[in-house]
Amino acid sequence: MSQQLPGRDVVLNAAETGAVEAAAATTHRGPHTDVAVDLTQFEALIAADQRIEPRDVMPEAYRRSLVRQIAQHAHSEIIGMQPEGAWISRAPSLRRKAILMAKVQDEAGHGLYLYSAAETLGVSRDDLLDQLHEGRQRYSSIFNYPTLTWADMGAIGWLVDGAAIMNQVPLCRCSYGPYARAVIRVCKEESFHQRQGFEILWTLARGTDAQRAMAQDAVDRWWWPALMMFGPPDDESTHSAQSMAWGIKRFSNDELRQRFVDITVPQAQRIGLTLPDADLALDEESGHWRFGEIDWSEFERVLRGDGPCNATRVAHRRAAHEDGAWVREAAAAYAAKQRVQEPAA
Amino acid sequence: MITRTDLSLATYCLRLGDDALVMSHRFGEWVTYAPQIEEDVALANIGLDLLGQARALLTRSGELAAGDGPAATEDDLAYWRDERAFTNVHLVEQPRGDFADVTVRLLWFAAYQHALYAALTDHPDPTLGGVAAKAVKEVAYHLDHATQWVLRLGDGTAESHRRAQDAVAAVAPYVDELFTDDELVTDLADAGLAVLPSSLRAGVQSVVTAVLLQATLTPVTPTWHARGGRAGVHSESMGPMLAVMQHLARSHPGASW
Ligand SMILES: [Fe+2]
Ligand SMILES: [Fe+2]
Repeated sequence: MSQQLPGRDVVLNAAETGAVEAAAATTHRGPHTDVAVDLTQFEALIAADQRIEPRDVMPEAYRRSLVRQIAQHAHSEIIGMQPEGAWISRAPSLRRKAILMAKVQDEAGHGLYLYSAAETLGVSRDDLLDQLHEGRQRYSSIFNYPTLTWADMGAIGWLVDGAAIMNQVPLCRCSYGPYARAVIRVCKEESFHQRQGFEILWTLARGTDAQRAMAQDAVDRWWWPALMMFGPPDDESTHSAQSMAWGIKRFSNDELRQRFVDITVPQAQRIGLTLPDADLALDEESGHWRFGEIDWSEFERVLRGDGPCNATRVAHRRAAHEDGAWVREAAAAYAAKQRVQEPAA
Repeated sequence: MITRTDLSLATYCLRLGDDALVMSHRFGEWVTYAPQIEEDVALANIGLDLLGQARALLTRSGELAAGDGPAATEDDLAYWRDERAFTNVHLVEQPRGDFADVTVRLLWFAAYQHALYAALTDHPDPTLGGVAAKAVKEVAYHLDHATQWVLRLGDGTAESHRRAQDAVAAVAPYVDELFTDDELVTDLADAGLAVLPSSLRAGVQSVVTAVLLQATLTPVTPTWHARGGRAGVHSESMGPMLAVMQHLARSHPGASW
């Protein structure tokens, strides 16, 4: 087992491959003076792999699909603060406490970028939050699993942020400009999240017997849910084909899942932990790691609301929102008073 | 050889570090409970600044107390001391309360820290002076953040005014301890190695009072005062807080994380 923590020269996740920077270089289309009047321009832009901007005419279904996806992404960032936020008070060293607090703070920031991107499509953050609180919009099911030990901070960073990065890097080239730009900012910060998770597990795996057992247990619990983060298999994915045609999605669920497995298995070996899949085997011919059957009935059950934390995550969010209502009202009332006092310019 | 002055200075750093550490811990408890997402970001940010100050101050305290021997690390000091060895004031250890409580508490604490760090920037101990020079900028932002919110809450709605006024009354008993001198700090101050807490009182009080008045709030004279934090005598909320903070580290003696 290597005693040398891999440095920056070793690529650990998809955000470190240069894809984010490449997308960032192309995401700004120069100002265009011609105002689109029909969908011809939309289709031409999509065909030319150019970005759609808020002022462009777009099909209503495209707009709705993006609102759904961006809102779900934003909600995931916000709900995702809870399982890790619960460990800030218990972090076992001050360095870890600082890193964890910074990570959870980043996730809040990601939520803000994404709600702003959604707002360019004519919806408001308040409405989207209401829909989250009322259970009418989803967030990533992965956050419906509980964090039971400190090693879960490692497993979440390494596997959950790792899978999220794999999903999000292609979105840096999403056809909708504001979303692509928000995701670029998100991805630039995610790499640190995945690395700190890897480092937590790497350290635990070289620690006491109890620490090693804690790390293995966390990986045993998070591995399969992390694979489910890529969504149902391609032949059962409902939104995929249209999202591909619109340049929102670039790779299929199964393709991304396979890439994630391929990048992660060698990392597990490097850490010195076992992935809980007896069928995991390298296919020499293709170079891909073949993995066992995913329990999609569990995925569907948690998606339906029957997961260990679905109820508590939403209740926590709703409580924070309701407890804070008087604060937001105060801020609004104060701002209104200030406007009255200021002489009209 | 460790001099008496080094030991006193170690304790002084420990006091400032414990204040920052415990306040930071309480801010960490707010994350995911803030009234809006921007505030989750801001409260975490303040908590992180305070944690950074705490780490530098505890590390320096350990070094000063060790002389040529092995120094206690920041984690030794944060995780392996019992409650009676913590030297923070009561103000920072108080339970979370509502958003008005945290805001008014921060107003006092940031105003205090700002005056303190400003006076410590040219401290003869280069580490302490360096921490103060960096921290004075951080706490200027904390003070501004607290000020903006106290104004909004005090002069917002009837409910926010009532809650803010309650928070002003709730924090009042804990203010005096920030400005209380004792023998250790008096000796250090005589040698030019500490800021006498009592010397900060008038300035801090006028900063806070000006904000409260502008926010249409009424300063409150407390009927009792918390005391004893510097000597390790805390309120009952300190124990449960430390139990949460320390249990994992203490469950694995000798482990690295
Ligand atoms: Fe994120
Ligand atoms: Fe993340």
